Amino acid sequence: MIQYILKRLTMLLPTLFGVVTLVFFMIALAPGDPARVMLGERASKEKLEKLRADLGLDKPLAQQYTLYLKRVVHLDFGKSIKSGQPVMNEVKERFPATVELAICAMIFASVLGIWIGVISATKKNTWIDYTSMVGALVGVSMPVFWLALVMIMIFSVHLNLFPTGGRINIRYYFSPESNFYLIDTFKYLFQGHPEYFLSALHHLILPSIALGTIPLAIIARTTRSSMLEVLKQDYMKTVRSAGIKEKRVIYRYALRNALLPVITVIGLQFGLLLAGAILTETIFAWPGIGKWIYQAIEARDYPAVQGGIIIISTTFVLINLVVDLLYSVINPKIRLQ
Amino acid sequence: MSEETLLSMENINVHFNTRRGVVKAVRDLSLYINKGETLALVGESGCGKSVTAHTINQLIPMPPGVIESGSVIFQGRDLLQCTQREVQDLRGTQISMIFQEPMTSLNPVFKIGDQLADVFMAHQDMKKKEALAKAVELLKLVKIPSPEKRAYDYPHQLSGGMRQRVMIAMALASPDSGLMIADEPTTALDVTIQAQILDLLNDLKDKVNMSLLLITHDMGVVAEMADRVVVMYAGRKVEEGTVYQIFDNPSHPYTLGLLNSLPSNDKYKNSTRLEAIPGNVPDLLSLGEGCPFANRCNWSSDVCNKSFPGKTELAEGHSIWCHNATKVIAEGTKTNG
Amino acid sequence: MNENIGVPELEESPLKEHWHSLRQNKTAMAGLIIIVLFLLVGIFSPVLAPMDPLEQHIELRKSAPFTNGYILGTDDLGRDLLSRLIYGARISMIIGVISVSISLFFGVIIGMISAYYGGIVDKIIMRLIDMMLAFPYILLTIVIVAVLGPSLTNAMIAIGISQIPSYARVVRASVLAEKENDYVLAERALGASDRELMFGSILPNCLAPISVQATLGVGTAILDSAALSFLGLGAQPPTPEWGLMIASSKEFITSAWWIVTFPGIATLLAVLGFNLLGDGLRDILDPRLRD
Repeated sequence: MIQYILKRLTMLLPTLFGVVTLVFFMIALAPGDPARVMLGERASKEKLEKLRADLGLDKPLAQQYTLYLKRVVHLDFGKSIKSGQPVMNEVKERFPATVELAICAMIFASVLGIWIGVISATKKNTWIDYTSMVGALVGVSMPVFWLALVMIMIFSVHLNLFPTGGRINIRYYFSPESNFYLIDTFKYLFQGHPEYFLSALHHLILPSIALGTIPLAIIARTTRSSMLEVLKQDYMKTVRSAGIKEKRVIYRYALRNALLPVITVIGLQFGLLLAGAILTETIFAWPGIGKWIYQAIEARDYPAVQGGIIIISTTFVLINLVVDLLYSVINPKIRLQ
Repeated sequence: MSEETLLSMENINVHFNTRRGVVKAVRDLSLYINKGETLALVGESGCGKSVTAHTINQLIPMPPGVIESGSVIFQGRDLLQCTQREVQDLRGTQISMIFQEPMTSLNPVFKIGDQLADVFMAHQDMKKKEALAKAVELLKLVKIPSPEKRAYDYPHQLSGGMRQRVMIAMALASPDSGLMIADEPTTALDVTIQAQILDLLNDLKDKVNMSLLLITHDMGVVAEMADRVVVMYAGRKVEEGTVYQIFDNPSHPYTLGLLNSLPSNDKYKNSTRLEAIPGNVPDLLSLGEGCPFANRCNWSSDVCNKSFPGKTELAEGHSIWCHNATKVIAEGTKTNG
Repeated sequence: MNENIGVPELEESPLKEHWHSLRQNKTAMAGLIIIVLFLLVGIFSPVLAPMDPLEQHIELRKSAPFTNGYILGTDDLGRDLLSRLIYGARISMIIGVISVSISLFFGVIIGMISAYYGGIVDKIIMRLIDMMLAFPYILLTIVIVAVLGPSLTNAMIAIGISQIPSYARVVRASVLAEKENDYVLAERALGASDRELMFGSILPNCLAPISVQATLGVGTAILDSAALSFLGLGAQPPTPEWGLMIASSKEFITSAWWIVTFPGIATLLAVLGFNLLGDGLRDILDPRLRD
C-alpha cells in the first residue's frame, strides 16, 4: 500500500511540472507586452523598463522559465502587481474561504444527492424516480450564476431570509486565525456570542446551495445508476433470501457497494468546485480564491494569475490522488492486493 | 420416510410481462416436499426451475413478474397470502437458499464473518460478538479450515468451493431449519469440489433435519442426492416419481432423452452413442396450448399440438403427463435395449 | 433471474433501428424537439423577432411583461427582451456548434493518431492530455480567454480548445477497440493507406460515442460561453448574448425580475435539450447501459 502511494506520488511530479510549464508559457506568450498592459498605454518608458526588470521580462524566455521554475519549487510565486504582496500570502488568506465554501457545498450535494439517488433507484420507474431524474438533468443544465442571482432575488431581496453576500455580518468584528470562519467563530459559541458562528453559517447557506447544485445533480445520477447496477447483483438475492430487512439490505449492503464510484465522482466534483467557485464567489462577494483570480485576470496581474492557477491545479491534482487512494482503501479487492 | 408434508405448491402459474410479450415461465405446476426429504427439480435451463424456487420465497422481481394463480402452503400457511413482512421473517429462518454462482453471491465489500453474523442478528436478538462466534461455529460446521481466521476474509480471498460452503453456512444460520433451496449449487464448481459440496449437503441434511429442494439440470447430481424427482420442461411438470422410479423406469419422452444424454449411467451403457435431444427449447413467448415437447418428440402425434395431456399414473407416486404414454413406455424401453 | 428467456432477434439495418429506438426513447425525443425549436428560432430570428434587438426606447425602459406592447418586457435600456432572447438563440447555437467543431476536429485527429500509431506517439500524446486534464476545465477556459483577450470569438476558441482532451480520449478509446477488427486487417492487406484506414474505415465505426460526446458538448459550450460572458470575458455589449444579458441584469434583481429570469430560462432550456438528447443517445447507442 505504502509502495503504491509512493508510486502515485512520483507519477504526480511530471504532471505538476507540466502544469507549471503550461501556465508559464501561456502567460508569457500571450499577445501584447505584459508590462504595458499592466501600466496602461500612457506609461512612461522608464516605468515600463523598471517593471520589465522587476518581472524579469528583460531576460531571454528560457532564462525566465528556469528562474520561475526555481522559485516555484520554493513555493515563491512572486509578488502581486496590484497589491505588492507576495502571491503566496494572498492565496493563504483567501484559500480557506474557498475551501470552507466548497466543503459546505459538497456536504449539501453529497448527502442530498446520495439520498435522492438511492430513492430513485429503489423506486425505479415511478413518478419519484422520473421527477428526481428530470430534476437532476435540469440541475446539470442550469447556469449556476443565474441560479445564484435568482436565489438572491427571491430569498434575500424579496423574502429577506438570507444575506446577499459576504462571509459574516460586518458588524461582528473579530480577528480570524485559520480563516475558516466556522472554526474561528466556534469558540464564541461558548463565550456568550453564538451570533458570530450563526452569522457565518447563515452566510454560507445560499452560496453553498448555488455551488452545490451541479454536483448534487451529478451525484444523484451516479448514485442511481450505480445503485441499480448493484441491485441486479447475485449477492443482493443472497441477503434477501436470508431474510434481512429491506432497509438494511438497501442502506448497508447495496449502498456500501454502490458508493465506490460515487466517491470518485464526489472527489472529482470537489476539485472542480474549487475552480468553479469563481462565478459563485463573484456573485456572493465571497472573498475566496476564485474571486481573487478573477480580479487578477481583470487587472492583468500576471504573477497572481500564474500563481493562483498553479496552486488551484495542484490542489485539484492532489485531491484526485487522495480520492484514488481512498477508493482503494474502501474497496477490499484493491486494498488487499 | 416420514410422510408429513412440509411444502406443497398447487397450480402455480407465473408470468413475466416483457416488452416482447407475456412469458409464461411456470404453468399449472404442483409439487410437494415431505419433511426430511430431498426433492430434485430437474430440467434444462429456462424451463422454470428457478422461477419455481423464487415463487416459494417470493424473490420474483415484480414487475415484470406476476404470480397469476396458485398457492404455496408451507407448514399450513399460504405464503402467497402472507404479507411481505411475514415472508421476510420466514426467509433465512425456515426457508433459506443457496445459489448457483458462489463467485458473485457474496457481497464483495464485507467480511464473510460479518455477512454471516448479520443473518443471525436479523432474526435473533443477538449482540455482534455473539453473532460472530456463531458465525465461526457455522464455518466449522461446513468444514472450512481455520474458521476463526477465515471469518475475517473477504469473499474474493476464498476459492469457489469455499465460497459455496460459506453460502451453505449462511443458509444454515437459522435456528430452525425447515427448507433449504439449492439452486444449481454445484454447477459453477470443479468436479472434485462438486462431490465435496454434495457430500456436505447430504451430511448436513441429516444433522439439522432439513428438507432440501435441489434444482439442477444434472442427472448425476439427482442420482446422488434425491429422494424424489420432478422433471420440468418449458414451464410444465412432465414426470414425477421417486428417484428409483425415474432412473429404473423413465417414462416421459423428455426424461428418456435426458437420461440418454448422460454418459455414465449403467442402465444405458448399451447405447452406442451419447444421444442429444434433437431440436431446441421452444420460445416461451410463442407457446400454444399443446405439449411443449411435441416438436422435439419422436412419438408426437396431432393431438400433442392441440392440448396439454392429463396425468397418467404408472405406479404409486410415479406419474407422467403424455398423450402417448402407453406407446412411449412400450417403445421407449425397447430403444434403450 | 437465471432463466434464459429466448428472445427472437429483430433484423433491421442499424441506422433504421437507431432511429426506431430514438423514437421510442422519450428523453431523446424531448431533447430533439427542444433542439429543433431552438435551431428554428436561431435560423429565423430576423423573421420571428418582433423588434430590432438593439433598438433602445429609453422612455419605455424596464417595462414589465405584457405592458406597453412588450410580451416579455424591456431591459434597462428599453430594448425588447423577447427579440433579444430570439437573437440570443442564434448566437448560442452558433457558439455551441463552432466550439464543438473545434474540439471535434482536433480531438478526432489527436485521438485517432494516438490510438492508430500507438507506442511512443500514444504515450506522449496521452501524457500531454493528462496534463491538460490536470487543470480544472473551467479555469483553463478562463485563462485561455484571458490570454487571447475577451471577445465572443475568443470565448468560442477557448471553450473549443479546453474540451479537446476529453474528445481525444473518447476517440482514442473507441479507435483502440475498433482497430483490432478483422476488416481493418483485411483492408490493410489490400493496400489501403493509413489515412484511408483511419478516416475512411475506422472513424465511421466510432461515431456512436463521438456523437454522444458532441451532443452533450454543445450544451456544455452554451453554458460555458454564458459563464464567460457573465464574467465579461465573452460577448461584449450590446450583443444580445444570454450570459451577458444575465450579467447586466445583476443590478435589477430588486426592481425588474423579468430581466433576470428570462435569459436564464432560455439558457437552461437550450442546454437541457442537448443534455436530454445526449443522455438518450447514450442509452440507445451503448447497449451496456440499457436496463
